[in-house]
Amino acid sequence: MTMNYSSYISESANQLKPSGIRKFFDLAAGMKDVISLGVGEPDFVTPWNVREATILSIEQGFTSYTANPGLLELREEISSYLLNIFGVSYKAENQILVTVGASQALDLSFRAILNQGDEVLIVEPAFVSYAPLVSIAGGKPVPISTSPENGFKVTPEQIEKAITDKTKAILLCSPNNPTGSSLIKKELMEIARIIEDHDLLVVSDEIYAELSYDEAFTSFASIEGMYERTILINGFSKGFAMTGWRLGFLAAPAELVQVMLKIHQYTIMCAPHMLQHGALEALRNTYREVENMRNSYRQRRNYMVQSLNKMGLDCHTPGGAFYVFPSIKATGLTSEEFAEELLIQEKVAVVPGNVFGECGEGYIRCSYAASMEQLQESMKRIQRFIKTKGVSVESTLEHQTL
Amino acid sequence: MKLSSEEIEILKILEENNKIPVETIASMVLSNEETVKKTIQKLEDEKIIISYPTLIDWTKVEGQENVVAMIDVKVTPKRGVGFDDVAERIYRFPEVSSLYLMSGAYDLSITVEGKSMNQIAAFVSEKLSTIENVISTTTHFMLKKYKHDGVVFDRGNDKDRRMVITP
Repeated sequence: MTMNYSSYISESANQLKPSGIRKFFDLAAGMKDVISLGVGEPDFVTPWNVREATILSIEQGFTSYTANPGLLELREEISSYLLNIFGVSYKAENQILVTVGASQALDLSFRAILNQGDEVLIVEPAFVSYAPLVSIAGGKPVPISTSPENGFKVTPEQIEKAITDKTKAILLCSPNNPTGSSLIKKELMEIARIIEDHDLLVVSDEIYAELSYDEAFTSFASIEGMYERTILINGFSKGFAMTGWRLGFLAAPAELVQVMLKIHQYTIMCAPHMLQHGALEALRNTYREVENMRNSYRQRRNYMVQSLNKMGLDCHTPGGAFYVFPSIKATGLTSEEFAEELLIQEKVAVVPGNVFGECGEGYIRCSYAASMEQLQESMKRIQRFIKTKGVSVESTLEHQTL
Repeated sequence: MKLSSEEIEILKILEENNKIPVETIASMVLSNEETVKKTIQKLEDEKIIISYPTLIDWTKVEGQENVVAMIDVKVTPKRGVGFDDVAERIYRFPEVSSLYLMSGAYDLSITVEGKSMNQIAAFVSEKLSTIENVISTTTHFMLKKYKHDGVVFDRGNDKDRRMVITP
């Protein structure tokens, strides 16, 4: 019997758009010798001491479930990490939840706070999962477009304009994927004022916190009056080079954590036990590695921004993460055309900016989580490529630090 | 000598890869080519940068395989000059590729390279042991080099395991 599956599939699942990244993934997957600037994860392998501690925990038989919110020992370590590095105080007992990647923490946040039709403001360009996660939880994602004139930072006026009586929360990601832009304390304080005025919650995705290069990172929860309103999301993926481990955490007021814990225990039970031992080691003994990685990323960022601007692709200087987001408007191509032709002509993979939101059109995301040799080669190839598109002039925009 | 953070950064970049163009280094540390050139010159003049050797795995080159031995040497230090004098008499031999003064059970640790075991044996018995002040030697032949100066030899399966594009 032939099944008509479409009649079985839920309407909300059906309405989810497939990720725009998928197409390029398929195109690039069949090619050899591609230099990839398309990867949203570190080029470093997880520090050996973290891997070793995890192996040991398996040898010692730590293979059972842990407490639903995660090992208490790990939550205590996360609690001191948040206090010592970011100056925010959360109780290990009832304010911290260890999740399967920061992604699950996002999912839990929206499921816990959204009613059907509640609006969540999403600052675009944004990570591809945000809007779908809001939709899955029954909410309505409301995009706010940013532009390079503001360094892809959202302004209080833009937020105010987007707020309706259905607005429940705003999702912030700083340093940002895909633009790398970082909100400094003063800017966060201005945003906080609006949030307080309109009585909103904030889901603050701080996964790139460790990768801040110019200004010290400020957690949104540390801003006056925001602790009570913030769900702080962080994890081990980016700063500690542990993407494949799928380990993250969230910290929030106890009443919110209690609700999220309820959903978490029914859907996930707990994050993998042995990996939590690795996370413990990561928080305790990887300070030097994290510092080295950060320095290396900062040098590569500087190199990328200067190279791109020199060849005629205007690129703002991002304050964090490992992405640059140059404009490719000078080539006259759309983001997708640029990415596709570049891949075919020069075998360099980048991600077209429009997959991160409409305002990303005209830009590409280049990840510099690649070796300096690869970055140098990729810059040569991109320069050669844009010359065939008639771009060879020096960049006209003043190179601004943001 | 106290160095600026930029100078230290340049040293670390060069330590990892000295083939990187000055122009690229300048962009990495947000400086200009001229300044970086001057900095490197200064670091060379101050003998902070001593040389730019290339790490070669000679075992892969037919006919060029070397025998390497590490030798623990006990010596009697000399009045007035301590260990320096005897150390100098040892490191002058071209066979000696490194020499350190050590704490612990022996005094000098030296690395000797030769074409064959016989050649190293001859060096130890004829040259090294006969130096006045050398009391005893213990020779350890090196069987395989896994890691040298922070670099792992033969990274067999060290390829990038990431997917080409991820969000």
